[in-house]
Amino acid sequence: MASTELSLALYRKLYLIRKSEELIRIHYAEDEMKTPMHMSMGSEAIAVGICHALGREDQVFGSYRSHAIYLAKTGNSDDFFAEMYGRATALLKGKGGSMHMCAPDFGFMGTSAIVAGIIPVAVGAAFASKRQGKSRVATVFFGDGAVDEGDFWESLNLACLMKLPVLFVCEDNGLAVHTPARARHGYRSLADIVARFNCRVLRSDSTDVEVIYRLARRAITAIKTAEMPCFLHLRYYRYLEHVGVNEDFNAGYRSEDEFREWYQRDPVHLQRARLLQQGIDEAKLASMEKEIDRQVESSLKMAKTAPLADASELYRCVFAE
Amino acid sequence: MRKITYCQALNEAIAQEMARDPTVFIYGIGVPDHKRIFGSTAGLVEKFGLERCFDTPLSEGAMTGFGIGAAINGMRPIHVHGRVDFLLLAMNQLGNMASSYCYASGGTLKVPLVIRAIIGRGWGQGFQHSKSMYSVLAHIPGLKVALPTTPRDAKGLLISAIRDDNPVIIIEHRWLYWQEGEVPEEPYVIPLGEPNILRQGADFTVVATSWMNVEALEAARVLSRRGVEVEIVDPRTISPFNERLIVESVKKTGYCIVADNDWLNCGFSAEVAARVAAACWRELKAPVARLGFAPTPCPTARHLENAFYSNAADIIRTAEGMLGLEPADLSGETFYDYEHKFKGPF
Repeated sequence: MASTELSLALYRKLYLIRKSEELIRIHYAEDEMKTPMHMSMGSEAIAVGICHALGREDQVFGSYRSHAIYLAKTGNSDDFFAEMYGRATALLKGKGGSMHMCAPDFGFMGTSAIVAGIIPVAVGAAFASKRQGKSRVATVFFGDGAVDEGDFWESLNLACLMKLPVLFVCEDNGLAVHTPARARHGYRSLADIVARFNCRVLRSDSTDVEVIYRLARRAITAIKTAEMPCFLHLRYYRYLEHVGVNEDFNAGYRSEDEFREWYQRDPVHLQRARLLQQGIDEAKLASMEKEIDRQVESSLKMAKTAPLADASELYRCVFAE
Repeated sequence: MRKITYCQALNEAIAQEMARDPTVFIYGIGVPDHKRIFGSTAGLVEKFGLERCFDTPLSEGAMTGFGIGAAINGMRPIHVHGRVDFLLLAMNQLGNMASSYCYASGGTLKVPLVIRAIIGRGWGQGFQHSKSMYSVLAHIPGLKVALPTTPRDAKGLLISAIRDDNPVIIIEHRWLYWQEGEVPEEPYVIPLGEPNILRQGADFTVVATSWMNVEALEAARVLSRRGVEVEIVDPRTISPFNERLIVESVKKTGYCIVADNDWLNCGFSAEVAARVAAACWRELKAPVARLGFAPTPCPTARHLENAFYSNAADIIRTAEGMLGLEPADLSGETFYDYEHKFKGPF
C-alpha cells in the first residue's frame, strides 16, 4: 500500500473511533444508552495500528474497554450504536452493551469484564487455528490491571509452552480503575519478566499509529516465522474516568498536567498533522471527516429509532440453538 | 449383554468419540501419564497420539479458558480433573466465561466443552479432595451438569456431553469406578435431562444422586424385607433438571427422601424438595426429608469421616421415622464395604 493511502486508511479508523466516542459523550446524559461506558479515548493508536495490521480472518479478543478495538476491527458503527442503545437490530440485541461487544463475522470474538478472563480463551482459539492449519493469529487486548491476575501468567506460560500464534497486547495506562501500578506491582519491569518466557517482546510509548502499525507487523511476522507468541507492551494515557464519559482530574488520583502532556501527542491529531504534512489537501481531509461524521450520526439515529427486542429474547441463546 | 466397569465405560465413550470425530481431544493433568486418571484415559494416547491426548500445566483457570477458545473455533475439548475441588480454581472461566459465551455472541459462538471431574472419598481424602460442588455449577444458567451413576449412564451421558454444543460438566464419583454393569458396545447417547428409575417400588420414593444411589439400593433391600418397596429415582442430570419422573413417583408413594451426595444448605436436595412440595402438596403424607453431608468440612480420620457422610442406614432410619415403623435391627447388615477396594494413596 502506498504510504499516503496507508496513512489515510489509518486516519479514517482513528477518526471513526474518536467521533463515535464523542457522540457517546454528547448523548450519554440522555440516559438512553444504559450501559457502563469504559471509554477508549487516548488509546486509539493501539487499536487501529494493530487491527489494521491484522487480516479480516485474524481473531481479536478484548476486555470491557473495547470500543476502539471493536470499531477498528469491524468498522461497523451501525451495530456498535444499536448495541449501546440495546436494540433488536444489534447482533446481541442489547444483551451485551458496551462491556460485551462481539462480532465473530469480523473476527471480533468477544470480551470479558473480568480483566484477564478472556486471555486464555484467545490462547485456546489460537491452538484450534494452528491445529486446523489456519495461519491466523489470535490477538488479545488487555490492560495492565489484567497482568495482576493469574489467568494472564497461566495463559502466557501456556502459549509459550505450546508455541501458539498469540499476540498479547498489554494496553498499559498505569491504572487499574484508580489504583496506580506502584500500588500493585512488586517488580520493576513487566516487559523484562515476560521476555524471560519463550516469547518475543516489543514495547512502545508511542501514540503514533504508524509506529504501532509497524510494530504490529513485526510482531505478526515474528509469530509466524519464529513460531512463538509475541507480547506487545504499549503505554497510553486514559483520557477519561475509569467508567463513564467525563474527565476526573479533580478526583485527585492523577494530575491534569499529565493529561496535557499526552494530549500534545494525541493519536488522532498526530495522524491528521502527518497527512497535512504529506501534502493531503485540508479540504479533502475535511470532506473525509464529514463523511465519517455522517456515517456515525446516521448509525446513532438509526439506533435511537430501532425497535427493542421482544422480551422473549431474554431466554434465547443461553444454550446453542 | 457384556458387563464392564464404570471406568471402562467412560474410557470406551471417549475412545469411540475420538475415533468418530477428529475435532474431539482430551487434556488435563495426568491424562497421558502412567496412571491415566484411574484408568479412565487408558490407551488414548497410544491410539490418538499426544496431539489429541495431552498433559497440561497446573493451570486450572487458564486451561478451562483454553478449552473455551478451542471450542468456539470448532474443536470439542474434554478437560479432565482428578478431583472436583480443583474446579474451584476454574470458577471464573466456568461461571463468567463458558456459561455466557453463547449468550454473549448472540448465539453465533458455541462452546462444546466437556469437563470431567471426580469426587473423591475415603482413605483420608480430607476437605480439599472430597467435594461434590455440582449444585454450585448447576446454579449457573448456561452450564449443563450430569452425574452418571451406572456404567451404562457413564457411557451414554459422556457421549451426549461430547456431542452437545454447550459446556457440560460430568461429575464422576471415584467409588463408582468399580461398579460393573451391562453396557452396549456400540456408541449410544443418554439425553441430558432424562432421569432414570433405578428401582421400582410403590411405597416410598428415594431421589438419590451419584454414589447415594448405591446407598439407596442397599437401604431398599433392607426395607423391602419389611414390606416397604422403595422406588429410587436418579435424576442423572441436574441441569437441565427434569423432575417429571420424581413427581410421578411421589404422587404414587406419598413419601420422599432426597439422598444427595453433597451438603444440604442451598443444595440440589433443596431444589428437589421444593419442586416435590409444589407439585405433590396434596399427595405428600410427610414433609420431604433430606440427607447429605454434615455441615462441616470433610475430615480425614476414618471415624470422623464416617460421621460426615450419610449412608444406607440413615436412609432406612429416616424412612422408618416417616412411616412410623419401629427401627429395625441393622446389626447383622453388611452394607457396601468400600475399604476392601479403596486403598490409598489414590
